[in-house]
Amino acid sequence: MNVTQLSVFVENKPGHLQGVLKILGEANINIVTLTIAETSDFGILRMIVNDPENGAKALRDNHITCSITDVLAIEIDDKPGSLYRAIETFSRRQLNIEYMYAFTEKRQDKAVMIFRFDDIEAAKQALAEEGYGIVKRIDIIGE
Amino acid sequence: MFNKEFEAMPLKKMKELQLERLRWATGHAYKNNAFYKKKFDAAGFHPDQLKTLDDMKRVPLLTKQDMRDNYPFGLFCVPMDRVVRVHSSSGTTGNATVVGYTKNDVGVFAEVVARCLASYGATEKDVIQVAYGYGLFTGGLGLHYGSEKLGAMTIPISGGNTERQLMLIKDFGTTMIACTPSYMLNIADYIEKKRPDFKIKDTKLRAGILGAEPWSENMRKEIEHRLGIDAYDIYGLSEIIGPGVSCDCSEKSGLHVFEDHFYVEIIDPETGDILPEGSKGEIVYTTLTKEAFPAIRYRSRDITRLYHDHCKCGRTLVKMEKVSGRSDDMLIIRGVNVFPSQIESVLMEVEGTEPHYQIIVDRKGAMDDVEVMVEVSEKIFSDELKVLDGLSKKISDRFRSVLGISAKITLVEPMTIARSEGKAVRVVDKRKI
Repeated sequence: MNVTQLSVFVENKPGHLQGVLKILGEANINIVTLTIAETSDFGILRMIVNDPENGAKALRDNHITCSITDVLAIEIDDKPGSLYRAIETFSRRQLNIEYMYAFTEKRQDKAVMIFRFDDIEAAKQALAEEGYGIVKRIDIIGE
Repeated sequence: MFNKEFEAMPLKKMKELQLERLRWATGHAYKNNAFYKKKFDAAGFHPDQLKTLDDMKRVPLLTKQDMRDNYPFGLFCVPMDRVVRVHSSSGTTGNATVVGYTKNDVGVFAEVVARCLASYGATEKDVIQVAYGYGLFTGGLGLHYGSEKLGAMTIPISGGNTERQLMLIKDFGTTMIACTPSYMLNIADYIEKKRPDFKIKDTKLRAGILGAEPWSENMRKEIEHRLGIDAYDIYGLSEIIGPGVSCDCSEKSGLHVFEDHFYVEIIDPETGDILPEGSKGEIVYTTLTKEAFPAIRYRSRDITRLYHDHCKCGRTLVKMEKVSGRSDDMLIIRGVNVFPSQIESVLMEVEGTEPHYQIIVDRKGAMDDVEVMVEVSEKIFSDELKVLDGLSKKISDRFRSVLGISAKITLVEPMTIARSEGKAVRVVDKRKI
């Protein structure tokens, strides 16, 4: 199962990220993990939240540009070399990672990595064949 | 056609009428206004010398500065007790210009606007929602009186309050709405964001009467596509009368000028020389029937072209091209002449870019620095940096190849650029030259 990511366009200026977080907070949206890709003028805030649909709606109502994208969350062992082996699978199959980031919290002895692919189905197929656990959305948000 | 006698008048007859009226207008200004008398005398021109239309070149040109210098009533040519109405320009670039109307002038104003509405196919059966501002600005009252003159049901809602505009479109059965093209796009944005349940096609709205700011053919296409209505241009300037100097007809291939009331010439903005028909240059107006505030050879600063093309609509009136810019809005960037409308065309070419942009020109050292702020809508947003970077690069490349200037493209959040419900602020020139 895919994980839904909420992506938000934020200008790289004081107070702008805060404005986005205020809207999400007031809409009772909980952020599970996040990352920001930045340029000198703007950033893209990418988040895994408990309710991406309502999060997006709250932002749109406030004229904030955002989108919802499917990303892949996979569990890897929290041990040296695990990430290397996961990525080795992708390079061997010529699957390009657009970007990736990690979960802040550990799940038992596993780490959770979020991957963005152009072709998410091909990536899932590759992982399934190599026996990696694909994290279900429901696991992440703890419901 | 609202007034076939004049709108389809044979060319030769129109020229005779214009000459006769020009003699009256120049004489009226000369006799009744000290400023005009002094100006004509200084140029060695007397209204009696006007024997042919060609003699118009001897009449001195009137500038915006002349109007400002005579604030408020210095250019009026009738006793003040004959003035029944005044309008005023916003005066953002200096002192405001105040224009006056006699009863007869108000009648002419209503007549030309009614002709415009008829040229878009409106009749007394139409319901016209006037969403231009009512007040000193000529747009609101101009459209209002014209719509009443035509006999259409007129809704004086004025500008702003988009939710209410939509409510009246639906409840009152509005068939045409009059507003600025940027406000029309505002309405499209509003429907898409806030009222996706509101379907224009389920209402009776079929046309927009758009003017008061320059807009491009691409913007027309976008409005027609997003709202599913016809977008017609109405052109005018308060110094001449207000909206109704010229208008699109059903062909949407140029604006017919109401030549029985307004005499038009194209001049070279540099030398002031009259250019032959078909040349691009600055359009100069002379009012032929205005009493309170005649304008004799007024330099509009609007850049366009005049031509005759045997229009299918049946009007014999000369046509002007959609105004492609203003000679005073023209930016000279590193020696390159750039009109905001050209910048708009470049942005519209890049797929999905909406014309919510602002150009900021500044001088860094000896170099002009150009920044174009473009609002990122959901259509162009991506969670991938490379896609957004690619968009900036594409816009920047188009700027270089089409306009010959390099510009920094800055992607900004929606609603960042000031979007008045009236005129959009497209250019901010911070240079102190």
